[in-house]
Amino acid sequence: MKFVDEFRDAGVIAKAAEEIRRLADTGRHYRFMEVCGGHTHAIYRFGLKDLLPPNIELIHGPGCPVCVLPMGRIDDGLSMARDPNVIFCAFGDMMRVPGAHGSPLQHQARGMDVRIVYSPLDALNLARRNPDRHVMFFAIGFETTAPSTALVLMRAKAQDIQNFSVFSNHVTIIPAIRAILDSPDMRIDAFIGPGHVSTVIGCRPYEWIARNEGRPIVVTGFEPADILQSVVMLLQQLRAREAKVENQYKRVVPWEGNHAALRAMAEVFELRPYFEWRGMGFISQSALRIREGYAQWDAEQRFHAPGVRVTDPKAAQCGEVLKGVLRPDECKLFGKECTPENPVGALMVSSEGSCAAYYNYEHRKHFPLTTIGASV
Amino acid sequence: MCLAIPAKVVELFPGERSRALVEVTGVRRHIDIGLLEDDPPLAGDWVLVHVGFAMSKISEEQALDQLNTLIMLGENEAALQEVQGYGLGEPSLGET
Repeated sequence: MKFVDEFRDAGVIAKAAEEIRRLADTGRHYRFMEVCGGHTHAIYRFGLKDLLPPNIELIHGPGCPVCVLPMGRIDDGLSMARDPNVIFCAFGDMMRVPGAHGSPLQHQARGMDVRIVYSPLDALNLARRNPDRHVMFFAIGFETTAPSTALVLMRAKAQDIQNFSVFSNHVTIIPAIRAILDSPDMRIDAFIGPGHVSTVIGCRPYEWIARNEGRPIVVTGFEPADILQSVVMLLQQLRAREAKVENQYKRVVPWEGNHAALRAMAEVFELRPYFEWRGMGFISQSALRIREGYAQWDAEQRFHAPGVRVTDPKAAQCGEVLKGVLRPDECKLFGKECTPENPVGALMVSSEGSCAAYYNYEHRKHFPLTTIGASV
Repeated sequence: MCLAIPAKVVELFPGERSRALVEVTGVRRHIDIGLLEDDPPLAGDWVLVHVGFAMSKISEEQALDQLNTLIMLGENEAALQEVQGYGLGEPSLGET
């Protein structure tokens, strides 16, 4: 609650919260899933749960790319980079994510050439400047980052830069939503749709959710007022027994998406028949691999990816948390063996992971820093 | 990686359609505008940047809103660090 006074649009927020209370049927329990990890972070950070009536539950969805990546993919990437001639590049978010044999950062401490890049273009530049080394970029992300990786691969091909490859771990959001709707233990009434993914894919790809599954979905921005406004819109639809796709984030998201970005993705990537998601299992056609025409720049086709599969530590209940069956603090390891400083599961690594968000904003409210010895 | 960073286009380069110099709270870096080729930004326009690539054009008002959101989320420093990290090894552009 304490953030509310600081909001630029405190008046709008108070009004939206009041509207939510008016629209919500007190005899009904609502489960809304925010698909995107950015929304999860915002919801905790702004304490938005405190503004909602208790019968509106927000379920945190699969939209944190670091969190849904199976541990074995990290081991695969690091294993392919064991050759001392290879420079392993990844975004900073990946550096502390544990593989079965340690995180990229721990591999760096053991002598591997591991570097943080902030853009895939910089990985390509690194290859250009180190012609006698091989630069492997560990690519990750939903449709927000996949077009950039695609464009970089197109440049690598056009400029014939041969000492560069991409290990693609890109995933797509629609099949994950489908898997959630197909899962028997999940009952979601409506969706808070992702904001930035939608700048690329637009709003059309969500139409089946409304039409075939009868679930409202509202593409939503990241300010507190945006998220509350979106809850109002979802409640209005449910009240009118409607299910449609609405765009609350019109100021940034065009209904048709970004065609140039979609073209780049289609040029470089094709759907994998299936891909494993951490905590959710294998989902058909849910990830992107590099097409044959770019095989030379595909780390998986160029090197041998061992195809490591690592089961998460038994005591960790990342899967249940990821599916919204358990709250983060209901996991046995939460706040004990697993903390943002020493993450066991990926949900604790990324600030967009529901465990890290819960830990930073909810847990610390009740357990002051001194008692848990944290240092962030 | 998931941060959307609002940036103002400061300079475009003739003959290099995909590169732009942008400014984010005083820090200037080159980004790629190749994903906006259907509707390229002009100098003075604002864009939302993900991992060094402009993904959409936005208004100045939206850009300031987004900057404010980053500050409220406590992500403004991470965003600035990301922007400073763009153009690994490029000659320094001078920060103001």
